[in-house]
Amino acid sequence: MTACSSESRTPGETTGGWESAVVRLVVRNHAGVMSHVCGLFARRGFNVDGILCLPVADGARSAILLLVKEDDRLEQMIRQLRKLEDVLDIARHPQAREAFTAVAAVLA
Amino acid sequence: MQITGARLITRLLERQGVTIVAGIPGGANLPLYDALHGSAIRHVLARHEQGAGFLAQGMARATGRPAVCLGTSGPGATNLLTAIADAKLDSIPLVAITGQVPRAMIGTDAFQEIDTYGLTIPITKHNFLVRSAAELAEVIPEAFRIAASGRPGPVVVDVPKDVQSETVELAALPEPARPDPAPRCSEDELARAAALIDAARRPVLLVGAGVIAAGASALLRRMVERASLPVAATLLGLGALPHDHPLFLGMVGMHAARYTNRLLDECDLLVGLGVRFDDRATGKAAAFCPHAQIVHIDIDASEIGKIKVPRLGITADVGEALRGLASRVAASNRAEWIARIGTLRAAYPLLTPGADDPLQPYGIIRHTAALLPDDAIVTTDVGQHQMWVAQAYPFSRPRQCLTSGGLGTMGFGLPAAIGAALAQPDRTVVCFSGDGSLLMNLQELATAAEEDVAVKVILLNNAHLGLVRQQQQLFYGGRYHASRFHAEPDFAAIARGFGVAACDLGTAADPLASLAQALRAPGPCLVNVPIRSDANVYPMVPPGGANRDMIDGGIHDGMQL
Repeated sequence: MTACSSESRTPGETTGGWESAVVRLVVRNHAGVMSHVCGLFARRGFNVDGILCLPVADGARSAILLLVKEDDRLEQMIRQLRKLEDVLDIARHPQAREAFTAVAAVLA
Repeated sequence: MQITGARLITRLLERQGVTIVAGIPGGANLPLYDALHGSAIRHVLARHEQGAGFLAQGMARATGRPAVCLGTSGPGATNLLTAIADAKLDSIPLVAITGQVPRAMIGTDAFQEIDTYGLTIPITKHNFLVRSAAELAEVIPEAFRIAASGRPGPVVVDVPKDVQSETVELAALPEPARPDPAPRCSEDELARAAALIDAARRPVLLVGAGVIAAGASALLRRMVERASLPVAATLLGLGALPHDHPLFLGMVGMHAARYTNRLLDECDLLVGLGVRFDDRATGKAAAFCPHAQIVHIDIDASEIGKIKVPRLGITADVGEALRGLASRVAASNRAEWIARIGTLRAAYPLLTPGADDPLQPYGIIRHTAALLPDDAIVTTDVGQHQMWVAQAYPFSRPRQCLTSGGLGTMGFGLPAAIGAALAQPDRTVVCFSGDGSLLMNLQELATAAEEDVAVKVILLNNAHLGLVRQQQQLFYGGRYHASRFHAEPDFAAIARGFGVAACDLGTAADPLASLAQALRAPGPCLVNVPIRSDANVYPMVPPGGANRDMIDGGIHDGMQL
């Protein structure tokens, strides 16, 4: 995917009527790690609009991009994700938004 | 060295300092039990896996060190779930090792197969499904490191039967794991916290389980005495400061004394130490400490700002923070605020009607406490008796009160008491229970008899689910439904049937003498205490209400409010 600096969070950037954000996680790549991440969202009542996940570092790790709602609970969600043992790194990653745009074109 | 997965587990547990495990064997963990056969580890056979889980919790809560429970696959694992979830909510270091069907059968709906890994994701700090015996050398120490580091919690290690039997070649056993060192506090943040404390005219500290977990009671005492800082506690913070310390305000929240909640209403600075602003403590969160700035210190960054947005949030070990604060806060006597506290304490005290009568709730609690040595440990179940104990038992030190706070699990008290007694064999352990709670893990009386532990069950028996009955009375128009037990078991006879000594204060000629004898005798016993079914826990904040709006059923009538 290509980084696109013009895709930084700007007011009015919306998906389905709400402002969105992209969070990038680097996780240990093993069976079950997606359950940990997705389960956390489900049980804490956070919405995820999109998920992209691919192995990196020769398959030892995976990178996950989450397209989520930009609201005042996002910081709490990031803190909860950071507590997961298998989450090695987490940060906002607005420049990856176009990855979702590209996948959306494929899925359409 | 060549070693089987099962033997590797027992060797690593031994090196980790584990001397007692609680569990129940079954098909999928028999290789592990075969390895225990030749181990120095003492195995305590529970009668239900939930009992094993709470036994281990009792050991962990009494000592602060990770404790281990074992269960087989399928129902063994599902029966452990409640105890694991309870440990998660109360941040108790627990390592649960479960058997799983052999690797080749995973995913086939094999006999006693259940997705233990999937089931335990939301209720553990972390979990593992072990894919090879070699992995155990990393996973077992890692489980202990995770359970005990930072904010403690439960870890599940699910081990397929053939992994237990598999032989692995190891150059050496790994070193035992240690908890990660506490993160260093920022000097700048501590200075800001001290400045806020010094500037406050009406500060209150709210202490929780984090103070106990950090072993920070002495540091807490040093700081609050230096700066004359009054201290309220959450349910799990009881014992962090002795009950009779002049700066101690008692438990906050739904069943606090009125003066305690009023002081939090008046304070201009609340310092939360190792607390998570649980709804039972805060009442309606928006109305909690409405005039206060908040300083929140907790080791879990996700707790800062989760419920209440603080003026200053510090992610730190509470002990480290208190060490830094104790030398920074200015010495002060806060005469005006301390005087105000005295006024409110006198005007709105905790009322304990019946405290002299051993056949009334406050009376049996106070009399039991008076008869026990200072080093006794107290466990509770969940319900009215739990709140009466929290209000009225004179807790004087950390890890004296073991209670299920977050999950509120009825059935916690008896197995947790057995675990505490196993971990501290020189001490008497009293389990205050109710007839509803006790029936939920009654089978562990057999374990208590078998292990001959000094566990004294004080059963406040009102033939009701008392806290349910109370809420139906107060908030559901007195429409009682499913809260009364029409069949009333003879608990003393049942205890004797399990081989546990028992007495019934309701029929005793001299109830106090019978109680004293029961507490003095060695080994386990059950004391049945019939109490009125219409006794309520007061005062009370109606669920969802603000802490300032307490109801008291008229027990304050006639007092000048």
